[in-house]
Amino acid sequence: MAAAPSMSQNTAADDSFIELRGLHKRFGRQEILCGIDLTLKHGETLCLIGPSGEGKTVTMKHVIGLLRPDSGDIFVAGMHVNKLKEREMAPLRQKVGMLFQGGALFDRMTVEENVAFPLWESGLRDRAEIKRRVLEALEAVDLAEHLHKYPTSLSGGMRKRTGIARAIICRSECILYDEPNSGLDPIGSDIIDQMILRMQKRYGVTSIVVTHDMRSVFKISSRVAMLYRGKIHFLGTPEQLRASSDSVVQDFINGRSDVTG
Amino acid sequence: MDAPVGLLTLPGRTFLHFLTYLGQLSALMRELTIALRSRVWRLKLVAQQIVAIGYGSQAVVIVTGAFTGAVFTFQSYAKFKEFGFETTVGAVVSVALCRELGPVLAGLMVAGRVGAAMAADIGTMKVTEQVDALRVMGVHPVDYLVLPRFLAMMVSMPFLVAESVSFGLIASYMVTSVGYDMPSAWYLTHMIDHTNMEDLTIGMIKGFVFGMLITLISCHQGLSAENGAVGVGAGTTRAVVISSLVLLIVNFFLSIALNYIFPIGTV
Repeated sequence: MAAAPSMSQNTAADDSFIELRGLHKRFGRQEILCGIDLTLKHGETLCLIGPSGEGKTVTMKHVIGLLRPDSGDIFVAGMHVNKLKEREMAPLRQKVGMLFQGGALFDRMTVEENVAFPLWESGLRDRAEIKRRVLEALEAVDLAEHLHKYPTSLSGGMRKRTGIARAIICRSECILYDEPNSGLDPIGSDIIDQMILRMQKRYGVTSIVVTHDMRSVFKISSRVAMLYRGKIHFLGTPEQLRASSDSVVQDFINGRSDVTG
Repeated sequence: MDAPVGLLTLPGRTFLHFLTYLGQLSALMRELTIALRSRVWRLKLVAQQIVAIGYGSQAVVIVTGAFTGAVFTFQSYAKFKEFGFETTVGAVVSVALCRELGPVLAGLMVAGRVGAAMAADIGTMKVTEQVDALRVMGVHPVDYLVLPRFLAMMVSMPFLVAESVSFGLIASYMVTSVGYDMPSAWYLTHMIDHTNMEDLTIGMIKGFVFGMLITLISCHQGLSAENGAVGVGAGTTRAVVISSLVLLIVNFFLSIALNYIFPIGTV
C-alpha cells in the first residue's frame, strides 16, 4: 500500500491549492461521500453543484477542517488537513475563510464588531488600524453605513455581505461560500456574484462556491463540479457543463424532475 | 423478537451511553485545562459572565436562602422547645446552612438559572453555525465560550454561597427574635460558639465543586446541541436535570469526604 502523501510531496507535485483524495464520509448508516477526488489551483473559482443532500456543504466543511473524513486525504496550501488537531488548525484558517449559509454572525455583536472579530482574535490591538480595515472590508461589500447595526436588524443579503466582509478581512487566500445566493432576490443575488468576482479579480482569491443558482454558476465559475450519489459526476468548465449530453447534468441545470403529474 | 432482545441489551447500551458521556465530559475538561494554561483569559468576557452569573443570580439565591433559613428555624424551634433546647436553634441552623443547605440550594438555583442559560446560549450558537464560525476564524470554542463562563462561575459561586448562608441566618434570627421573642443574645451566642471556620470552608469548597460541575455539564449540552430549536430546548432541559441530580449525588459523597477532613462537632 502506498504511504500517505506528505506535505512536501503535495506542494512539489503541482501548484494546486486544494486537493481532495478519495474522500469518504458517512453519517450513521448514510454514506454521503463515496470517494471524492478534486483539485483546485490558485485563483480558481469552483462551483459545487448537485441535488440537495448530496454532500456539497459536507465536502466544503472537510476543506476547512470542520469535519473529518472517514478515509481519504485533504491538502490545503500544503497542509495535510486531516492530520491536524483542532488546536493546530490556526495556520490553515488564516489562509482559508468561509461564508456560512445564514451568515453565522454573532448575535451580540454589531456589524463592526463582527467584522473586526478575526483581526482582534489574530492579536491585532491597534484600534485605528482595525477600524480602517473594517471600513475597507465593509466598503468592499457596500455596507460601510451599517457599522452599528446588529445582525437581527439586517436583511438576508446584508447578513451575507457582512459574512463576506468578515471572511475577507484577514486577506485569506481562499474563501469558501456556502450557498451565498440562497434566499436572495435576483438583484441581491447579483450583488453577491459581483462580490465574488471582485475578490477573484482584485485579490486572486481561490474560491469554492456551493450553489443551486445556475445563473451564478455560469457567471462566476472557472470550473464546475457536480456531486451526484456521493461522487463527482461531472467536472469541467461552464461551457462543457452547458454542452454536456449527460441526462443527470442536463436535468439538473434545466431544473427538470422525473416526477410527473 | 426485537423487543425482548432490545430489552436485554438496554442495560448494556445505557452503560455504554453513560461511559461515552463521561468520556465527552473528560475531553471537555481536558480542553478547558489547556485553555486555562494558555493564559488567554479574555477578561472582558469573564467580567460580562460575572455580571450574568453572579450579579444576576443574587435575587434568586438570597430569596431561596432566606426562606429556607426561616422555615427551617420555624419547624425546628417548635420541636426543640419540647426538649427545652430552643436556644440552640441558631447553632443547628447555622451549621446546616454553612455545610449543606447554603451551597446545595445556591447550587440548585444556579443550575436552574445559569446552567439553562449557558446551554441555551451555546446551543443556539451551535445550531446557527456561530460555533463553526469561531472555529473557522481560528478560535477554539472552549477558549471563547467555556473558559470565561468557568472563570466567572469560580469567582461568583463563593459569593452566592455566602449570600445564601448569610440571608438564611438573618431570616432565622428574625424568626426566633421577632416570631418567638427569644432574646437575641441566646441565638447569637449559640450560633457563634458552634459555627467554626471549617463549616464555612466546607460550604465554599462545595460551592467551587458545584460551580465547576454546572459549567461543564451545561456547556457540554450546549456544544452538543443538534437539530435546531428542538435540540437546543432538549439540551437546556438536560443541562438543568443532569446538573441538579449530579449536584445532589456529588454533595452526598463530598459531605462524607469533607467530614473526614473537617469532622463535625469539633471546635
